Amino acid sequence: MAKPTRVKRVALAGNPNTGKTTLFNRLTGSDAKVGNYPGVTVEHQEGRLELPLSGGVLLVDVPGTYSLSARSAEEQIAIQAIAGLSPIERPDAVLVVVDATQLTRNLYLVLQVIETGLPVVVAINMIDMLAVRGLSIDTPTLARLLGVPVVAISSQSGRGLDELRAALDFLLRDPSRGTPGPRWLPESPELEHDVNAVAAAIPAAWHCDEAQRRRALALWALLSLDEHDELRGASPELRGVVAARRKLAAAEGREIEAEIIQGRYSWIDRHAAQFLVERPPTRPSTTDRVDRVLLHPALGFSAFLLAMALVFQALFSGADPAIGLIESLFGWVQGWVRELLPAGLLNEFVCNALIEGVGSVVVFLPQIALLFLFIGVMEDSGYMARVAMLMDRLMKAVGLHGRAFVPMLSGYACAVPAILATRTMERRRDRMLTMMVIPLMTCSARLPVYTLIIAALFPASQILGFLPVQGLLMVGMYLFSTVTALVCAAVLGRTLFKGPKVPLLLELPPYRMPHWPSVLRMVWQRSRLFLTQAGGVILGITCGMWALLSFPRDPAVLARFEAERAALVAEVDPARRESRAAEIEVAEAGELLRTSLGAASAAAWSPPSSPWASIGRSASACSAPSPPARCSSAPWAWSTASARTPRRNRRRCGRNCGPSATGTAGRSTRPWWGSP
Amino acid sequence: MTNLDTLAPGSRARLVSLGGERAFRCRLMELGLLPGTILRVVRRVDVGGVLELEVRGCRLTVRRGEARLLLVEPN
Repeated sequence: MAKPTRVKRVALAGNPNTGKTTLFNRLTGSDAKVGNYPGVTVEHQEGRLELPLSGGVLLVDVPGTYSLSARSAEEQIAIQAIAGLSPIERPDAVLVVVDATQLTRNLYLVLQVIETGLPVVVAINMIDMLAVRGLSIDTPTLARLLGVPVVAISSQSGRGLDELRAALDFLLRDPSRGTPGPRWLPESPELEHDVNAVAAAIPAAWHCDEAQRRRALALWALLSLDEHDELRGASPELRGVVAARRKLAAAEGREIEAEIIQGRYSWIDRHAAQFLVERPPTRPSTTDRVDRVLLHPALGFSAFLLAMALVFQALFSGADPAIGLIESLFGWVQGWVRELLPAGLLNEFVCNALIEGVGSVVVFLPQIALLFLFIGVMEDSGYMARVAMLMDRLMKAVGLHGRAFVPMLSGYACAVPAILATRTMERRRDRMLTMMVIPLMTCSARLPVYTLIIAALFPASQILGFLPVQGLLMVGMYLFSTVTALVCAAVLGRTLFKGPKVPLLLELPPYRMPHWPSVLRMVWQRSRLFLTQAGGVILGITCGMWALLSFPRDPAVLARFEAERAALVAEVDPARRESRAAEIEVAEAGELLRTSLGAASAAAWSPPSSPWASIGRSASACSAPSPPARCSSAPWAWSTASARTPRRNRRRCGRNCGPSATGTAGRSTRPWWGSP
Repeated sequence: MTNLDTLAPGSRARLVSLGGERAFRCRLMELGLLPGTILRVVRRVDVGGVLELEVRGCRLTVRRGEARLLLVEPN
């Protein structure tokens, strides 16, 4: 028995697209925590749910799933979280959310959860959509047939939530209200034998001496285990029994899986007439009418390109004002602190390492927030499933998930939010593969580097009298990076990240207005996670880089430049004095950089005789705050590069591309790898 | 009897049998695509190489190659 002080746990389960997240947000308020399930990178949320009698209980989100059956460790989370298999704590009750408009399919999961013997309450969500779809549900009859409390709710409007809380409260007080025993039993004696044989092999740690739970886990094993699965914790003995029963059944011309699934569905179909009335819709639904355009061969693809162009443009330049604001803010703080602290090492550390580091973390926020805003709207409205569908053929060819498209596209703007966005894919393999190739896409920070290198190596001439060489090279670089990323994905997907082939079985949810509080909350959570988790690493590296580039400090060099500065006082013309002071600063920064540890290690990486070193030299020779004048006649790529704030480009360029052609382009004592 | 991928958009059919790997069949069946289920081809999306189906009031997409594994009886 649970200790009296223990906080009760309620697992929140349901099919994908049932409004589970919105319900979670509604029930828990604002203090939800995002974390990973132990052992796998499957995210889940936990939040406190206040109930009148039971007080505060912990609501734990379970990944959306159509069934408890699993093939991969990620899918296994559902059964672990619901049945409470190690390492996940057993819940005291399970709240299953079902979509009112797709009741029969959703009830499949409900039956499975009831079979595990845990107290269950069912929330029929989107109840306000029933009339629109020509359906009506008899909730009391459904509750009687299922043997568990059933509450009709609308997570969007908040309807029925008080009743749901009350039902959950009563259930936690009296679990027997929600534990009716399995609704369905094997009809054939052969299947009964199969289930019993497998149940005998279920490990004690799983079944906890509960007969019903043991049978439920046996059914789970019969549907889930096979020679290709990637499940954890199944003993060889259990696998052996399952394989033996399957072979035996095949010899008798039976298919165990089909019998089990058919058994559950025939229970649902047999009773459906009692609780569900369906009237055929008189006119096509809004979703149908919208899809007629958005999935139209020509119109749909144009709409898709337009939507993607919008996302890309917003990331590429729409975030600029906010980024500029953040940079000026940090620049101002930096200037203020620089004046405030006495000149010296502490001053340099605080300004060039700490403030610079925090600034270079915060500067990513506008793009991250924008990207997740777009993703949230696309997911919530139902368009993301259509994007995955439209891009499936292309992405499948290189072994990527259809959902990888939006993160990959975002990679052209900036790799950091793009990699964060891979979180929207469920399978680890898909995420890893996408993360590996995103940095190969040409991000906007590389644009000025390409500009410099191309300008340094190729004169502004034309092929055939009208095709500008420099422009073509720039387009070529983009194509090259895209092809490289796709080829790498194809190779990695067939070697390092080889996984079982997953059929595309995508549900196309009806279009809905996004639930703004949920979308904004997701944007906020992602931004916060980036600040707290990635931010620390970036800050640490900034400080480390600062140290590498600042030490050892040669006192002779410092003294020489100090003397030069002192001599400046004699200069009468203020304009000349200022320009001379700037020159001294650049020269000093360059001198210190050359003698630093960082420069020494960089030299070790690339010997001065290599062709790359000469590129670096010629590029830094022409490096200036804006692209060199030679480039001005070039087409779009060049004009984009020069139109963008050069200071932002250099800042991100230095950060993302490492010690390359940007060299000593910095104009102040701040290190070149991140100076505004 | 014919393969699902040959059906024209808008046509209805009864699912007769499912082919392909065990896991693929299980997944389809758990989504409600059991032998005997009535389904409707809503549209073909050639850009993505997929079919959109309506089964039990919900919309699913399957790849054309995977739809070929399903035998149906048009009605």
